[in-house]
Amino acid sequence: MIRVVLPPHLRNLARVTGEVEVEVQGKATQQSVLDALEARYPVLRGTIRDQTTQQRRALVRFFACEQDLSLDPPDIPLPDDVATGREPFLILGAMAGG
Amino acid sequence: MSGVRVLVGTHKGAFLMTSDAKRKQWDIKGPHFTGWEVYHVKGSPADPNRLYASQNTGWFGQVIQRSNDGGKTWQAMEKKFAYDGEPGNHKWYDGTSRPFEFKRIWHLEPSLTDPDTVYAGAEDAAFFRSTDGGESWHELPALRQHSTAPNWAPGAGGMCLHTIILDPKNEDRIFVAISAAGAFRSDDAGKSWRPINRGLRSEGIPDPNAEVGHCVHRIAMNPSRPNVLFMQKHWDVMRTDDAGDTWTEVSGNLPSDFGFPIDVHPHEPETIYVVPIKSDSEHIPPDGKLRVYRSRTGGNEWEALTNGLPQSNCYVNVLRDAMAVDSLDSPGIYFGTTGGQVYASADAGDSWNPIVRDLPAVLSVEVQTLA
Repeated sequence: MIRVVLPPHLRNLARVTGEVEVEVQGKATQQSVLDALEARYPVLRGTIRDQTTQQRRALVRFFACEQDLSLDPPDIPLPDDVATGREPFLILGAMAGG
Repeated sequence: MSGVRVLVGTHKGAFLMTSDAKRKQWDIKGPHFTGWEVYHVKGSPADPNRLYASQNTGWFGQVIQRSNDGGKTWQAMEKKFAYDGEPGNHKWYDGTSRPFEFKRIWHLEPSLTDPDTVYAGAEDAAFFRSTDGGESWHELPALRQHSTAPNWAPGAGGMCLHTIILDPKNEDRIFVAISAAGAFRSDDAGKSWRPINRGLRSEGIPDPNAEVGHCVHRIAMNPSRPNVLFMQKHWDVMRTDDAGDTWTEVSGNLPSDFGFPIDVHPHEPETIYVVPIKSDSEHIPPDGKLRVYRSRTGGNEWEALTNGLPQSNCYVNVLRDAMAVDSLDSPGIYFGTTGGQVYASADAGDSWNPIVRDLPAVLSVEVQTLA
């Protein structure tokens, strides 16, 4: 089970509180986690990555295990601690005011 | 008992305000979609309980929300807005070409007859339609593919399609306006479009009388006379009596003919309302006085409406989609400001009272007249 922390805007949109958990078939990668997340919460489609290109939206960042994974290829394995549920996969809006 | 529901979009969410026909006591609900910009909320004329809202952030993109119960509950709908075919290019501020790129929905216009059909105006300028209550969206691409589109350029707020008017007497006729391309009309339900900008004059473009390139801020119609339109342009208040074929200036004695919103009295089609703003570089009311101006003569002769509005030290703006009129016998006029005030007049503008003073910056105001 992968633990995912959503930013507040998306928690509101998905009507969830706290962390969410998703089941991934095969290797845990950014792509497989986001596929599973969007399958469970279809309302999130298009908010984290473009629906056509599947590219991460420019102001969305991915962190885990104190690392910035935003620029990693979407199909490489996530850290073992994320894959095993010891650490969450963090989805954030890039820090800004307003 | 009749009443009204005012639908307010702000920089940080949406608010719904209801009152009986007296429009003195208000019940305010919100914020909905807290933290998101809500560019527009509008109800279906065919089913007042059907509402649509455009919700957006630069971080997480576009969401369309739908309510089937007058705003008590909301459902997020499909959010994929894809241009039909090759996006093509438009002009950037510096005159270079760049591709059309979807950014947000500025305006939602529900069908006059079908609650499940709704039109949407996008930035970068494009015209979308849903026929399933917002569950899917398809571009009607003829507008973006118009031969003049490569020469369209953005206004300061972006290249937005911000005005959609459906002709109540001719279901094939649609008017739209784009900043800063101008006004367009379709006579075949969006299959083809023609620019309707003859008579507009804009000093800020190379050819002041060009076919396109005018920064139209807003167009308004009284449904009883769909061939008569009123326009607040970047500078100049204009009118047409022939569905946009020709325009004439009716700014008359306004203290400034720059502004954003314009609207028409529901029962007196020659009575119109604007909010003059000092200039395009300052975007503040003249002399720090917030004044709505009313013309009862279809333009040219204007009177200031000030009773209940701040007449000193007021420096808010009123954006293009932030004025609305209800259709009660004594009509209500409503507008919202960038300072977060929403003002209402229950006597056609003679006097004003704030419904609320401290919202986030108001982006849009609509009103439903409820039976």
